[in-house]
Amino acid sequence: TRKKIWTTGSDNIKFDAGTLLLSTHRLIWRDQKNHECCMAIPLAQIVFIEEQAAGIGKSAKIVVHLHPAPPNKEPGPFQNSKNSYIKLSFKEHGQIEFYRRLSEEMTQRRWENIPVSQSLQTNRGSQPGRVRAVGIVGIERKLEEKRKETDKNISEAKEMVELSKSIANKIKEKQGDITEDETIRFKSYLLSMGIANPVTRETYGSGTQYHMQLAKQLAGILQAPLEERGGIMSLTEVYCLVNRARGMELLSPEDLVNACKMLRVFDSGVMVIELQSHKEEEMVASALETVSEKGSLTSEEFAKLVGMSVLLAKERLLLAEKMGHLCRDDSVEGLRFYPNLFMTQS
Amino acid sequence: MAMSFEWPWQYRFPPFFTLQPNVDTRQKQLAAWCSLVLSFCRLHKQSSMTVMEAQESPLFNNVKLQRKLPVESIQIVLEELRKKGNLEWLDKNKSSFLIMWRRPEEWGKLIYQWVSRSGQNNSVFTLYELTSGEDTEGEEGSRFVGVS
Repeated sequence: TRKKIWTTGSDNIKFDAGTLLLSTHRLIWRDQKNHECCMAIPLAQIVFIEEQAAGIGKSAKIVVHLHPAPPNKEPGPFQNSKNSYIKLSFKEHGQIEFYRRLSEEMTQRRWENIPVSQSLQTNRGSQPGRVRAVGIVGIERKLEEKRKETDKNISEAKEMVELSKSIANKIKEKQGDITEDETIRFKSYLLSMGIANPVTRETYGSGTQYHMQLAKQLAGILQAPLEERGGIMSLTEVYCLVNRARGMELLSPEDLVNACKMLRVFDSGVMVIELQSHKEEEMVASALETVSEKGSLTSEEFAKLVGMSVLLAKERLLLAEKMGHLCRDDSVEGLRFYPNLFMTQS
Repeated sequence: MAMSFEWPWQYRFPPFFTLQPNVDTRQKQLAAWCSLVLSFCRLHKQSSMTVMEAQESPLFNNVKLQRKLPVESIQIVLEELRKKGNLEWLDKNKSSFLIMWRRPEEWGKLIYQWVSRSGQNNSVFTLYELTSGEDTEGEEGSRFVGVS
């Protein structure tokens, strides 16, 4: 609570020496001497607030701009005023903190979620029992609203699924009313929602066969990029590359993963998309060798040496550390990895 | 007569000054720190220190290597020493500590062994006799020399 004056514009109608209180719903001013004298403004009435810095002979102020008064407004200190704002003057201190809190309440707008009793009580304190009951009922009401909203969403989603299925069928049966362009657009739209492309799937028969064909395709597309990247790519890199290459019949992440699982059947020995960890030991051992040769390496240095992305390089070094082959030196010079001499040297 | 202190190989190994995240590696690292602290204090005849002193001491601050053990890690090393019985805090704020490079029970054992061997059980000794007596020279008792 701070000591303030509540003024209304240049009419200089002042209320001196009071205490300003902020709740989730209202701004309340109370006369310090006469506690019966009390006024409030609902936060919902506030359009925006601004600060006025203190000057020589002037104290810091917050200017509160208000909406026009609603017709059902309770009587207040004045019938009307030509100004649409009020000024809060902080003679002593507290302006900064109060401004911050008021801004917060304005942003959070908690009064919209938690209903309180409607009347603006100017002279009496609120009756606690009644407010509490309203509060709980209000929360229950809100829950009920949310439940209804969710039900609405679910029924809308059902509609959408039905719609997509019917359009997918139409595409399949090649009913003339859909243009090529729309078809392409719609198929990618379906894929982005995770609904499998019905056309491609069915052309290739069962799912597994589809994935096998896909795997073959991948092997072709990925050979060169893999060589460029030192023989390893993350699955996300593959996903981006492959879809860019395919252009139109985009791959869903699911399909990619399933196809990759098939890949070992076609493993030419040169290409390695590693999903399993049995080659991990090998990679870690080679990382250790590289680091030992150079004494110590950062992720960037290691990445450059091996021709790998820095992200993957770091992952490999961290894995080697986890397995106890490397240890770290973390200083202002950066993060370096060393062979783990703590273990190997007596 | 203090021999020139021989630093262990870890002291010149930069990772020694970074608390290792790998648990097994950390165990080895802390063990090495503990033994370094004890041998350092023993040779420099330092039985007590403040944490501030420790931070700037060559013990935790290898100027040549440009590495120093951060104070949180120093606290961890000191806690290890305390758990092993080699360290006692001298104040509640844990700002200064006592280093016992030989634990009290180890001393007790040694003294008892020496006393038994020289057949002098059941007689009373002064600390002076123990630490500078001719009887003690040349035996395990010479270990007692230089004990504060």
